[in-house]
Amino acid sequence: MSTVTGKAAQTAKGPEGRATAKSPAAGPGASQGRQVRRKPLGRQNAAGWLFSTPFLVLFLVFMAFPILATLVMSFTDFGLRNVTHPLDAKFIGFENYVNLFGDEKFLRSLLNTGYFVVVGVPLTIVIGLVVAVLLNNGIDRARTFFRVGFYAPVVTTIVAVAVVWRFVLDPSDGLISGLFSEVGLTGPDFLGSEALAMPSMIAMAVWRNVGTVMVLFIAGLQAIPTEVREAARLDGAGVWAEFKGITVPLLRPTMLYATVITTIGYLNVFEEPFVMTQGGPSDSTLTVSLNMYREGFNFFHMGYASAMAYVLFVVIMAITVLQLRLLKDNTK
Amino acid sequence: MSATNAPGTLRTAPTEGRSPSTGSAPKGKGLRPGRALVYVLLSVGLLVMSAPFLWMALSSFKTTADLSASPPVWIPSHWTLDNFRELLDKLDLPLYFMNSVIVAVLVTVCNLVFCSMLGYALAKLKFAGQNKIFGLVLGALMVPGNLMLLPLFVLMSKLGLIDSYAGLVLPFAAGAFGVFLMRQFMQAIPDELLEAARMDGASEWYIFWRIVMPLVKPALATLSIFTFLGSWNNFVWPLIATNDPDKYTLPVALATFATDPNKAGGSNGVLMAGAFLVVLPVLILFIALQRHFTQGIATAGMK
Repeated sequence: MSTVTGKAAQTAKGPEGRATAKSPAAGPGASQGRQVRRKPLGRQNAAGWLFSTPFLVLFLVFMAFPILATLVMSFTDFGLRNVTHPLDAKFIGFENYVNLFGDEKFLRSLLNTGYFVVVGVPLTIVIGLVVAVLLNNGIDRARTFFRVGFYAPVVTTIVAVAVVWRFVLDPSDGLISGLFSEVGLTGPDFLGSEALAMPSMIAMAVWRNVGTVMVLFIAGLQAIPTEVREAARLDGAGVWAEFKGITVPLLRPTMLYATVITTIGYLNVFEEPFVMTQGGPSDSTLTVSLNMYREGFNFFHMGYASAMAYVLFVVIMAITVLQLRLLKDNTK
Repeated sequence: MSATNAPGTLRTAPTEGRSPSTGSAPKGKGLRPGRALVYVLLSVGLLVMSAPFLWMALSSFKTTADLSASPPVWIPSHWTLDNFRELLDKLDLPLYFMNSVIVAVLVTVCNLVFCSMLGYALAKLKFAGQNKIFGLVLGALMVPGNLMLLPLFVLMSKLGLIDSYAGLVLPFAAGAFGVFLMRQFMQAIPDELLEAARMDGASEWYIFWRIVMPLVKPALATLSIFTFLGSWNNFVWPLIATNDPDKYTLPVALATFATDPNKAGGSNGVLMAGAFLVVLPVLILFIALQRHFTQGIATAGMK
């Protein structure tokens, strides 16, 4: 692979980017350009393709091909031996997909992921919005300080953070159970309890992702023209009326974007359960991604895992489209 | 804030936090009566946000007795480096640190070059198929990474790149986000400037490398930081693409250590020391460069 990319980079970096004939697609495009307009376009055509080549090669090999291959694999019994002999995999039609919907473990993981999204996304968005509004309107001093503080969890390595949270929630030595014992109570075993493991993970996800949403909302708030606010105040609008009548409607595009990316992120949740619970207790934190990883890389049921990946992908697309529709319609 | 609220100030927004003149604009707007309350709310929020970090940092210096004390002890009654000693005994952190650095640097350099090239082509050149390529980039932004993992693993096995730096770098060598970001920034460069250079006989490569790239340094800085940290924090692919412990990146090494009861020995102090050492460089980098982060997120989010 390295040779292919190396070559692509070389071609693109070639002498003065003038190598018109080197790019296969430049030929027809260039002549077409010459017909309609004049020389500069022909040159730009060649350069355009040369500048695009490195990205396109990497994109085709490491993204487009795997995406299609996952689809093909999902209709086969791709297993461990096919890692060395991929073409020997047997075509089995929709069997993987049919099996998925009779697979209690998969349905459980789908449900768990849904739970994570349905509770986690609104919490993240609302808290992020509140923090952004407070930071933007309520204070002048120390704004940067607060913003850095709220954003810090976003950039830190999730595996390390999950290890820390495991300790914070530890029933014997943890911070939270310690606080319980201080008032004479016994703290619950957060990650060891079927009922509490997922909410604990949601709390951690909210903690970690509020910063992203906050920054998006701050940018959105700064784009609202001052005059609009001033006009509202002159009309005697109170703080709440201004928030409801101006801030929220004008932030709608930001809200849409924040909701969509948070939802997509949460639907793919993997690291948190992997490090904190390994999916337990009794599969209560087994997410679709973790389930897929296990089926694919622990048990080498790669065809089956591919079908899982595609079901998750379809769910993500469907929910994204639905969110775009719902939230766009609201603006009208 | 009111002073910087005008539309189109987003690009300058990062300076807003540092400039005392805009920060303390003497206008009585916002939630003035509740201003004290706002400070209280934000401070409580900040405390909650930083508590896990503080707990981690302090715990890594605690003795076993302090670690299991109930009620919990925040400040170690006796500071010790034993946790770090034990950690370094059991886990070859310098090796994993170097692996992470090498992979992150390579990924970042590749992205800077390849994404800028395509960003330039999309923003400043006219060529057949341009719109289709941009469509591909937008589409690539939306595809979840999990969809590629299985065939990517098979592909890398076939290429013999499992447990190699190439195997860790290549799938991330050119990201759609980078193309998008560079295109946005390059569009702001006036066409006249490039036309003048073309009239003078400059090649497209010269224009790109000598004229455009120096003009988009802030964007390059933002992209470097995001790409570097993205790679530094990446977990799933390095977990899959490495079997040989000598090729683990920092997060994979830490996760393997933390989920294996034999290795970590169930010692929370050692784990906190590990988490602390993994998080510390990232936090320092972030605090030093925080303006670029918020700007990058905001720029990407506004499109």
